[in-house]
Amino acid sequence: MTQAPAAEPWMQALRDRAFARFSELGFPTTHNEEWRFTNVAPIARTAFIPVAADTLLACSEAVKELGPGRAEAHLARYAAFDENPFVALNTAFLGNVTVLEIPRGVVIEQPIQITHEVPERPDLGTKLAAHPRTLILVGEGAQCTIVETYKGAGTYFTNAVTEIVVGDRAVVDHYKLQQESLSAFHISTLQAAIGRSATFASHSISLGGALVRNDANATLSEGSDATLNGLYIVNGTQHVDNHTLIDHAMPHGTSHELYKGILDGQAHAVFNGKIIVRKDAQKTDSKQTNKNLVLSDDAVVDTKPELQIFADDVRCTHGATIGQLDAESLFYMQSRGIGKREARRLLTYAFAQDVVDRIKVQSLRDSLERILFEKFHELAE
Amino acid sequence: MSDSTNTIETFANQEYKWGFVTDIEADAIPRGLSEDVVRLISAKKNEPEWLLEWRLKAYRHWLTLKEPEWANIHYPKIDYQNIIYYSSPKPKGDGPKSLDDVDPELLKTYAKLGIPLQEQAILAGVAVDAVFDSVSVATTFKAKLHEVGIIFGSFSEAVKEHPDLVRQYLGSVVPTSDNFFAALNSAVFSDGSFCYIPKGVKCPMELSTYFRINAKDTGQFERTLIVADEGATVSYLEGCTAPMRDTNQLHAAVVELVALDNAQIKYSTVQNWYPGDKDGKGGIYNFVTKRGACRGVNSKISWTQVETGSAITWKYPSCLLIGDNSVGEFYSVALTNNWQQADTGTKMIHIGKNTTSTIVSKGISAGHGQNTYRGGVKILKSATGARNYSQCDSLLLGDKCGAHTFPYLEVRNTSAQVEHEASTSKIGEDQIFYCRQRGISSEDAVSMIVHGFCKEVFRELPMEFAVEAQKLLGVSLEGSVG
Repeated sequence: MTQAPAAEPWMQALRDRAFARFSELGFPTTHNEEWRFTNVAPIARTAFIPVAADTLLACSEAVKELGPGRAEAHLARYAAFDENPFVALNTAFLGNVTVLEIPRGVVIEQPIQITHEVPERPDLGTKLAAHPRTLILVGEGAQCTIVETYKGAGTYFTNAVTEIVVGDRAVVDHYKLQQESLSAFHISTLQAAIGRSATFASHSISLGGALVRNDANATLSEGSDATLNGLYIVNGTQHVDNHTLIDHAMPHGTSHELYKGILDGQAHAVFNGKIIVRKDAQKTDSKQTNKNLVLSDDAVVDTKPELQIFADDVRCTHGATIGQLDAESLFYMQSRGIGKREARRLLTYAFAQDVVDRIKVQSLRDSLERILFEKFHELAE
Repeated sequence: MSDSTNTIETFANQEYKWGFVTDIEADAIPRGLSEDVVRLISAKKNEPEWLLEWRLKAYRHWLTLKEPEWANIHYPKIDYQNIIYYSSPKPKGDGPKSLDDVDPELLKTYAKLGIPLQEQAILAGVAVDAVFDSVSVATTFKAKLHEVGIIFGSFSEAVKEHPDLVRQYLGSVVPTSDNFFAALNSAVFSDGSFCYIPKGVKCPMELSTYFRINAKDTGQFERTLIVADEGATVSYLEGCTAPMRDTNQLHAAVVELVALDNAQIKYSTVQNWYPGDKDGKGGIYNFVTKRGACRGVNSKISWTQVETGSAITWKYPSCLLIGDNSVGEFYSVALTNNWQQADTGTKMIHIGKNTTSTIVSKGISAGHGQNTYRGGVKILKSATGARNYSQCDSLLLGDKCGAHTFPYLEVRNTSAQVEHEASTSKIGEDQIFYCRQRGISSEDAVSMIVHGFCKEVFRELPMEFAVEAQKLLGVSLEGSVG
């Protein structure tokens, strides 16, 4: 079933368990609440050959790259495969796992860059599927920035799982730049286990892909701080689905979430943000916002911010909006001699800027600004 | 804090005051559900052939359906064969011809509940249709309403006297195949209220139906149909209570509203079914389908609900905004105390141009109560210029309860503006402290804060019932304040 190299027995056992679970679960249908607005039939009915993605790693020497053998105690312990069939599928095809460790107390200035590219293999004569897997162990009090990039060409399927263990008092910034080809399928799960008084931020930028589903899940400990930000810009017939889950398992946690989307053409965007506050997670402070800007008549937005609260001494709010460019702002700009097209472009750019400004890696922000500028140039045409 | 904890507890632990049983002979059919039972109910009510066919169609469809499981509620499986589907107080003689003929025992029951069935009574501005178990026992002010052409009375009567109207609108908003409980209701519904407001008539008084479950092991399946013809206006209120029993009873009602051009319907509910005792034993399962269709231009349907009773509430009063410029509103206060569970909210489906909807939902959880808001806002492609505003706030009293919010926003037209806001909080110690400082006891302070929290919704209730609802809220919350 897999072309992955023979693995150690524990890993083979894990693969077998995950494969058995996937066989039970099958591909989800829209009857499944978690997949209500995203139909994965195009993936289910396409035949793929599994390949290893070309994974490029650039990081400072202080980061230890471990063999998968060292990962046994952590791998698949955070991203559970009993519920999510795609995590099960990824685990069933465990092969080249990227395992990184940032030792205790070490501060790494330079961002750790991980790029996954699905290779072009016309010789195989069929479509390819890659299941990249990443595990990052951040030691107590350590600090680092991780940038994951996904790209490729043609029609293929990326099914990625990233597990991040944030040690107590550690500070981790995670960026995911999804720039798959416009005919690719991209499904990914980010699972962060955040330690006591640790700070974790995830920024998910979704630009490419024909059918995209991003899951970003964070489990908080006592006094943890989690930030989940996202920006999705879709056009044509693209479909992007962002699911987030913030699990306040312990007291005194704070979380902030901001997801913004820009839709044009016949694109379809789904947002589902779930916040759970467990029974004993008192003094939780959680805020979630989802804003969608719709530029065309045929774009579709489904948003579902969810709160599940079992503790009483908490402050939780969420908000969602779906709207178009403000007519008054457009008029104001036009009255000051800015052409309509230019005004639309500027306002759209300003809408996205809110998320872009929160990116702390200068080089990433610069390149993203450039990409967005080009993109909005097209949008506004 | 312990002081206010006690206060909140006493505040939330008041007893259910409507839990008595009326000793009255009932005419009930055997337990269980089959095609024969459906035929029997239909025969008992001397229904025309088309209605029996309609029921049978619903029953056959029901057999193919599965009980929905998506709601955020938990209860043991209901045995649908262990329910009595029809029970009526035995009529003395041929049944009441007028109010004077109504069994005095029944009148006493309603008097005890504070619902006057005498027309000269204090609440003279309200016409009441009283439904006792499976049948409507009395309707007040019928003659007066008849003068302006309003038809108001029991469903069974309406089927006999106005079959064309009933046939035209029955099931047109909630079809028999709509959902599991609606299909069940369509098959076995026993009575309910029917109301028709003719063209251009403003209903001169509040209309109201009072539902009472009395018999043991019965289910109540009533059906309400309100039609407001062009330019008509009506305000309608329903209330409900049931005796205290250890076993759970099922209540699966269907309410259909139809508003034609420029018509307005205001539908208010004060739901106070028996919620079960403080260990979660007994109580009513309230599985209700309510939907209104704004068929005409500029029509308006407004739902206001105060849900304090029932062990389980599963209810989503919805609006289909079909006519251009039509308006849908939903105002709700849902309270869960002890072991009560509520999964309630609304659905606003925007179809016509420039349709607007407003949702204001206030959830209060106390004790082990689990309160869920589930709301859907759908803007279809055709709904250019649609506008929605939703706000749902939850208040938690105590650390064992839960509050959940599941809003669904589905937008298919980009000229739409949709906003949703939600918040969850508890009564702040500083707020209580502030009140205490000014000589207000913590009990009064909590009650004041809770009432303030619900004010936006109570404001929408008809005057008499707003007072009633406030009292009820105080009672239902007694002892939960913590």
